[in-house]
Amino acid sequence: MSQQEPTQSRNPRRAFIAAAGAGVAGLGFTAIAPGLHLMAVGEANAANQDTNAARKAGSAASPAVRWGLLIDANKCAPGCTKCIDACHTENGVSEKLPDPRQNSQWIRKIELVDRRNGRKTELPMMCQHCANPPCVDVCPTGASMKRADGIVLVDRHTCIGCRYCMMACPYKARSLVHVPLTEQNPEVPRGQGCVESCTLCVHRVDKGQTPACVESCPEGAMVFGDLNDPSSAIAKRIASVPTTQVRSDLRLNQAVRYQGI
Amino acid sequence: MATLNPRHEEGFFYLLAAIGGLVSAVGVGAALYMEHSGHVVTGMNNQIVWGLPHVFAIFLIVAASGVLNVASMGSVFGRTLYKPRAPLSGLLALAMISGGLAVIMLDLGRADRIIVAATHFNPTSVFGWNVILYPVFYGVVAVYLWTMMERRMYPWMKVAGFATFIWRIVLTTGTGSIFAFLVARQAYGTALLAPMFIIMSFCWGLAVFLVVQSTMYAWNGLTLPPLVLQRMKNLLATFVAAVLYFTIVLHLANAYFAKNVAFEYFILFDSEFAAMFWLGQILVGTLLPLALLFYPPTAARALWVNIAALLVVVGAYFHLYVFIIGGQAFPLDIFPGYDVKSSFMDGAVDHYSASLPELLLSLGGLGIAFTMTTIGVRILRFLPQDDFAHMEAAGD
Repeated sequence: MSQQEPTQSRNPRRAFIAAAGAGVAGLGFTAIAPGLHLMAVGEANAANQDTNAARKAGSAASPAVRWGLLIDANKCAPGCTKCIDACHTENGVSEKLPDPRQNSQWIRKIELVDRRNGRKTELPMMCQHCANPPCVDVCPTGASMKRADGIVLVDRHTCIGCRYCMMACPYKARSLVHVPLTEQNPEVPRGQGCVESCTLCVHRVDKGQTPACVESCPEGAMVFGDLNDPSSAIAKRIASVPTTQVRSDLRLNQAVRYQGI
Repeated sequence: MATLNPRHEEGFFYLLAAIGGLVSAVGVGAALYMEHSGHVVTGMNNQIVWGLPHVFAIFLIVAASGVLNVASMGSVFGRTLYKPRAPLSGLLALAMISGGLAVIMLDLGRADRIIVAATHFNPTSVFGWNVILYPVFYGVVAVYLWTMMERRMYPWMKVAGFATFIWRIVLTTGTGSIFAFLVARQAYGTALLAPMFIIMSFCWGLAVFLVVQSTMYAWNGLTLPPLVLQRMKNLLATFVAAVLYFTIVLHLANAYFAKNVAFEYFILFDSEFAAMFWLGQILVGTLLPLALLFYPPTAARALWVNIAALLVVVGAYFHLYVFIIGGQAFPLDIFPGYDVKSSFMDGAVDHYSASLPELLLSLGGLGIAFTMTTIGVRILRFLPQDDFAHMEAAGD
């Protein structure tokens, strides 16, 4: 079932910014991906990805953009955890606690078996970056927030660790940091006692890059881009193949969509 | 009259205050340990995110609102029988909500940032509403107590009592709505929870009041007048039956929806929570108290009425444990129609056991409520003095 993204107001400068951004993003990519492996992954995914413009420091995220992901469950290889490894390396999620239920998991693989016919599927699950996020609604301090470009984040300075957002999230996408942390990635601040979840690698997106999970997928199962731009690869795919929003009955209008489930 | 002599009474007071203070201090110490080490030292995890501290805190907060029943019966509904008891009910309300809020706040992942909850307000959050509801509750109850205890303020007592009555209904609606407004969990997400929490507060608050009142009467070598006992036990029985009614409706409605049948089967028959529900919540917390309160030989005796009230309190803890922990232990149905599994407990039932620091923090909340009540009663004479004077004059 395909659900068309609601039409939003268009910024007349979008096309120009997108064109200019293509060059910037391209330069950025070669600069940060010198390794053979990353280049190979980049090539594998190149056809699927949009080249987004880097956001200037100090400038606000644009409401004309809505970043999203399309995940093709048919391509997601059984047992493969490369997206998880890449995410947790990128974001410095490395703690291994005696009780694994207390570990943070920004992204996880879920194995599905259709009860009607036994069909097996695997897919990565993370924050779905809802347009109407319950976590943002319930957060008492406003620490859970949705950026203008649709990325749902937690402000680590105002999160008080009440975990109400974890109760409210229909996707179990959030984790509480259960221990003191060391050796964090400076670009991805995390903190004991705060709730956290997938940021859609906002620090990379703001530099014109794609999320680490997307870049790492050897099957090219994940497409990242601007859902509001009809010319983007993700928007074209969504317009041409049936895609699903998980628990679409909740009308949360997630930015993460799935194909093949 | 068989009261303790003043010296012994004073010693007994200091002993009680010291015990309460010690339990409170140990609770705060446990919270500091959790704050220092992280929630890794608790039994809570990323599936069961709210644990035993929340069971205790929500009991105290819900009962704090309900314990004001007695004051409302006197001021709002003009029942003279309850008027001398109103100050004690106000004190208990403040003491219990203080204990409950202390536990909730000390359990936060970042308890040191509690001030942020006051400086950053999200109007769409039920928790956010509660940040306003609780302080105003303190304010209205304090003013209400003032109007009851300061002769010059008597003319305002009815207004203050009415404001308190309205506010506690709003407050408990807010507490129930914490769960009622969760969109995706089978155990919660129904508007029924708001009125259900109100009736739960009536029931549990009155049960606590009865126990405290009897203890204080016993301390002073008095027995509760039979008429007072009769009225209050009838009221308690009515509330216990009303909670049972809401419980039945809640589970029937859930069981009627195919999407929730698996959860209902889990919570009622096929989990560690099933025994807690049937034995703890229904048998101990509902049917036994009802029997004690309606069976004539026990219903007429203060001892059995108090035992019934204690059983209601015990049942309340089972009720909240099943509701809060059981509701989270059942996996979220993210992919309806699919069997799922993952490294993050998807599709799997979780098991929770509280750690010692959690238990101590939870008991600390009770300690705070107990200490505040003990000191308050000692300093401000919250006992129904007129009642005592009347009974003493009558030679009781």
